[in-house]
Amino acid sequence: MAIDLHKYANPKRFLSIISVIYPWSVWLTVILLIAGLYMGLFVAPPDYQQGDTVRIMFVHVPAAWMALMIYTIMAVSSAVGLIWKHPVADLTAKAAAPIGAAFTFLALVTGSLWGQPMWGTFWVWDARLTSMLILLFLYLGYMAIWESFDDSAKAAKAAAILALVGVINIPVIRFSVDWWNTLHQPASVATMSGPKIHSSILIPLLIMGLAYTAFFVMVLIIRVRTEILQRRLRVMQISELREQ
Amino acid sequence: MSRFFQLVRRDLMLAFRQGSTVTLSLSFFVIVVVLFPLGVGPELSILARIGPGVLWVAALLACLLTLDRMFQADFEDGALDLLMIGPLPVEILVLAKVMAHWLTSILPLIIVAPVLALSLNIPAEGILTITFVLLIGTPALSLIGAVGAALTVGMRRGGVLLSLLVLPLYIPVLIFGVAAVDAAIAQLAVAPHLLLLGGVSLGALVVGPLAAAAGLRLSLS
Repeated sequence: MAIDLHKYANPKRFLSIISVIYPWSVWLTVILLIAGLYMGLFVAPPDYQQGDTVRIMFVHVPAAWMALMIYTIMAVSSAVGLIWKHPVADLTAKAAAPIGAAFTFLALVTGSLWGQPMWGTFWVWDARLTSMLILLFLYLGYMAIWESFDDSAKAAKAAAILALVGVINIPVIRFSVDWWNTLHQPASVATMSGPKIHSSILIPLLIMGLAYTAFFVMVLIIRVRTEILQRRLRVMQISELREQ
Repeated sequence: MSRFFQLVRRDLMLAFRQGSTVTLSLSFFVIVVVLFPLGVGPELSILARIGPGVLWVAALLACLLTLDRMFQADFEDGALDLLMIGPLPVEILVLAKVMAHWLTSILPLIIVAPVLALSLNIPAEGILTITFVLLIGTPALSLIGAVGAALTVGMRRGGVLLSLLVLPLYIPVLIFGVAAVDAAIAQLAVAPHLLLLGGVSLGALVVGPLAAAAGLRLSLS
């Protein structure tokens, strides 16, 4: 198993594998996104309390899932990069961060758009909203530390340390925010958990989740490939300068 | 062990002879707290309500203010390189630096905190608790901050990045710290909050030096 993984860490082999996966991810994204949006926006019944506003959920909930999943992926590949010193793992973590930040932002924006008609306000200091906001800041800090080193090997290590410290902290933050919220205000926003999910809503939700995952894989591949090619280009430019 | 205390003593001596560090963070802390009544209004009931939070936020910011100097001064004059190749393990070195930072820039705040709490009209039950809670919680601030300080040492404009990296990680300390004081004022059980806060501090004691040492090795390589 370990040997197999090391094999894929070779950038060249990695590039050839992802070029096979890439078209599949594009088609999956397109098909699932169309199917999910159609089912969510037209087929799924409106909620008896929330009306059509409930459809924002089909965009919002999977985005929140992705935000958490991508941070986990980032932390795992940071650990792999730190322990086995695989450059591809570092690049994957780097490439994943802005996508995760974008999903976090999407979850926050759609959440507040949903909150305006439902709660009468764009922002509530609810435990979930607050911890998502903190997650966004963790993403931004991670991206900022990549930018602030000139040496990319150093930046990779520093960012990996930060991602691992962050991933240890996320459960603590989550717990503390829940604790804080239950202390400061009664469960006035319990409507968020809503009625039990019926399959007519659950299925489009899951399809949207898969569509987002496929989208993530697609964008991740583009970004990692760009990173690898950029590095190669730089090496070539440097060797060209040396020859002159 | 004696090397550890030697290092702490050296840092304390440097801080006191230069003089400015302690008074600087102390006056910053006081000014931030004073700004709140000016901004919110002098109503005593409001001040008592937000007082614990104000003291904690001011303590976080004051801690942040001196954090980027934790390794930076030694990095600039080359002492940090010597310390790193010296016999002391880097993790222990970090611990000594953290201790010195806590003693010079946070302990003074805790000493004046009761007076400020009095001026914010926090009830007597809260004042005793806030001192105690600050004592338990603030080591976590220095320990978590050390990771950020180690990662940004030698960086241009490291201070701004440092605050972005460290402040989100401070949130649990803030929440449990304020909750403990609020509970004391409301005559509820304080112990669970204190236990959680102690847990965060102990967790930071394990993770902080390890991660900061890794960061230092990286920044100086």
